[in-house]
Amino acid sequence: MQIEKDLVAASATPIVLAILAEGESYGYAILKRVRELSDGELEWTDGMLYPLLHRLDRLGYVTTEWRVPPQGRKRKYYAVTDIGAAALAEHRRQWAAVTRTLDGIWHQSRVAPQGAG
Amino acid sequence: MQTLDEQIAEWRSHLSAGTTESDLEELESHLRDQVDDLAAVGLSDDEAFLIAVKRIGGADELSREYAREHSGRLWKQLLPPASRPDPGLGSALAIAAAAAVAVHLPRFAVDPAGDPLPMLRNVPVIVLAFLGLYFLVRRGPTVRTAIWTGIPFLIATLVLNLYPWDPDGQMVVISIPATTTVLWFTIGLPYMGGTWRDHERRMDFIRFTGEWFIYMVLIALGGGVLTGLTAVLLGEGLVEWLVISGAAGAVVVAAWLVESKQSVVENMAPVLTSVFTPLFAVLLVAASVDHLAGGFEFDRETLGIYDGLLVVVFGLVLYATSARDPERPPGWMDRIQLVAVGSALLLDGLVLGSMIARVGEFGLTPNRVTALTLNLVLLVNLVWAGWLGLRFVTGRTVFHRMERWQTTYLPVFGLWAATIAAVLPLLFDFA
Repeated sequence: MQIEKDLVAASATPIVLAILAEGESYGYAILKRVRELSDGELEWTDGMLYPLLHRLDRLGYVTTEWRVPPQGRKRKYYAVTDIGAAALAEHRRQWAAVTRTLDGIWHQSRVAPQGAG
Repeated sequence: MQTLDEQIAEWRSHLSAGTTESDLEELESHLRDQVDDLAAVGLSDDEAFLIAVKRIGGADELSREYAREHSGRLWKQLLPPASRPDPGLGSALAIAAAAAVAVHLPRFAVDPAGDPLPMLRNVPVIVLAFLGLYFLVRRGPTVRTAIWTGIPFLIATLVLNLYPWDPDGQMVVISIPATTTVLWFTIGLPYMGGTWRDHERRMDFIRFTGEWFIYMVLIALGGGVLTGLTAVLLGEGLVEWLVISGAAGAVVVAAWLVESKQSVVENMAPVLTSVFTPLFAVLLVAASVDHLAGGFEFDRETLGIYDGLLVVVFGLVLYATSARDPERPPGWMDRIQLVAVGSALLLDGLVLGSMIARVGEFGLTPNRVTALTLNLVLLVNLVWAGWLGLRFVTGRTVFHRMERWQTTYLPVFGLWAATIAAVLPLLFDFA
């Protein structure tokens, strides 16, 4: 199954913020985590993550820091800020409302055909 | 065969449009992580590189995405060539020429021996109509945008020509800059491609306004020399026509220059801001100290002077905001700006206090109401900008909030000018 492009775009910000809320991370690791969490169903063009991270930085949702871990290469680490956490909470409320609505509809429409039949 | 390092270097050079050095470094770090992981499961460097590049995405698409994110700072010169619109010199020159001719039309509508004011009144409307036309053509006209742009122009024309102005009153003089301001904001609609809501585009329009102004000053300097030489060589009879036509055409040409020669001024604006902000800060602090020490003469003209002061400070703040990289942490420039804003507010508070206390003594005239309301509109803007600036330099908010405040406030200026142009004359009986 391939998730539709618009849906991927809409969910990107809360997903990235939620992953960073687990702890600071860098681009490549964030993408690995997305793949792992979605069982590979959420397919991103890897490069697109970086302009998104830029935007989150500009909005003050994340802080950035270049660091070289003991073994490994120079990487830019991102950590979520208080504003970012608040934005994530807001996203979460909105997504919860959407999924609740859809669940409601799908629950009813599954019952309806049985009731009719 | 190329080594992995060579392949990566080549890939980086393809990406460079629209990205910064730091972006490229981050992408390369990502690419190398991916290559390492793929090599660890048995792929050769070559295979791993191909797959990693494919996963990162096409260079064009990626550059465009970065350019969009950087759009504020590095702006349009960073868009990959394919998506960069044609600057349209032909249409710009044609429209500029039409404006240069049309600006003389009102002259024929009035008795040459009579009052020249009716002609002067219509000049900004005509010139800005051509600027609006230029942007409609550039951005691809839609019926909706054309109509919404046309309506304010129509109303302005009606107000300027059908209101029963008292030719000796103050109102008729005030109405000209007021309608010009309203129409300038109206130009924003075709400039922004038919939307008013997008804050990023509003910031682009603010930048456009500042850069257009710089180009107009430069053109005026050159034009002054040209006019002077014309007067000497060909006689003074031509000068008036030349100046009026030249200024009208320059309005459109300057807009074209901003659109097509973005990078030239992009470098100039931050420099000008950094030169003048500290100088104005020194002036403002000195004036505050002077005024607080008790030495200030308050008379009828004072408020106008302080309006001018607030406009300048507001301009510096606005331009510094539009030119600043929002990701940079607060620096000394932000502090200096804060000092300038703080002193300007202090000064203005003193003046405004005495003004309001003595309004009964002086009486309310159209000039005074205009000066007073402009002062309040700017004061509210700067108070909040100063507060956000204070929070920003103390690390309690992000710069984005300052940008957002200015773009949110923008319509207030338009509404204020519209009220002054259309409603105030009714209150003062057009006098």
